Amino acid sequence: MSAWNVVILASIICLALKVAGYLIPPRAFEHPTVARIANLMTVALLAALIAVQTLGAGQSIQVDARLPAVLVAAGLYALRVPFVVVVIAAAAVAALIRALT
Amino acid sequence: MMPRAPRRTPDETAAIRAALAVGVATAAYGVSFGALATLSGLDIWQTCFLSLVMFTGGSQFALIGVLASGGLAAGPAAVTSAALLGTRNVFYSIRMSPVIGPGFFKRAAAAQITIDESVAVSTAQRTPAAQRVGFWATGILIYLGWNLTTLVGALIGDLLGDVSAYGLDAAAAAAFLGLLWPRLKERQTQAVAVGAAFVAAILTPFLTPGLPVLVAAVVAVVVGAFNLLDRSRRTPGQEGAS
Repeated sequence: MSAWNVVILASIICLALKVAGYLIPPRAFEHPTVARIANLMTVALLAALIAVQTLGAGQSIQVDARLPAVLVAAGLYALRVPFVVVVIAAAAVAALIRALT
Repeated sequence: MMPRAPRRTPDETAAIRAALAVGVATAAYGVSFGALATLSGLDIWQTCFLSLVMFTGGSQFALIGVLASGGLAAGPAAVTSAALLGTRNVFYSIRMSPVIGPGFFKRAAAAQITIDESVAVSTAQRTPAAQRVGFWATGILIYLGWNLTTLVGALIGDLLGDVSAYGLDAAAAAAFLGLLWPRLKERQTQAVAVGAAFVAAILTPFLTPGLPVLVAAVVAVVVGAFNLLDRSRRTPGQEGAS
């Protein structure tokens, strides 16, 4: 495979995956159980993504500056601190820990 | 609904504010993608093509990560891992489909910007109008920003160094947490979130990147199918009667 083959093939597959969901008629999701699963699915995917982004390092688990930063963020959200402030605070905590260690 | 008023509702303003916060943090990551992509052996055009057409960060990083370690011989593996990481977008587009509504071109455009961030901002909003605004604002903002910063990164990336030094990786996780937060009021969504995060973390050392997140979605299927932990509905088994 040439580099262009790889780039184009992978891009088309990823785009097709995004299109696929829109081709399914919305009526298929009117059933309450299916609608509930679709709704919970985004919760599960986001939560899993947060876990992997916080702890994952390739194919391994690594506890580093990200974990305290995300825990600080959770605490600030619980205190109803605005979203933007929390995101900046999380970045600052991680950057500070990395600068000091 | 009334015709679109020129003034935005507070809900829509909140959606746009979330879009800006998420968009800026994510777009900054494009620099690191552009820089790493050129280091992995792709040229500037190939790098920009990925951000323009593939446009799903996880898959893009996976593709160049495999290419960087295995070269072009690892091409099939690179394509596979990009596809695996992109599979969750199917679930996102299913979820967004009713929010976007009918219209071929609108849905085609929506498909291209259906990514973690746009879906997360959208589903965090309370009203349907704010969900729509949140999706489009986040998606368009990130599409423009991500492509611009990809180009910048491909051209001058080495000068900036590793963006994780600025804590942007933690900021991304914190942003997703903030978008999930409003939905964690019910016991059912709390259980799904904790269960899925646990499953994904536990499986990370054993599965190829992308798969742990997908397998974690099974938690949603199980809890949703049996409607576990739902306090508002104490008699399971009657959902089918609509």
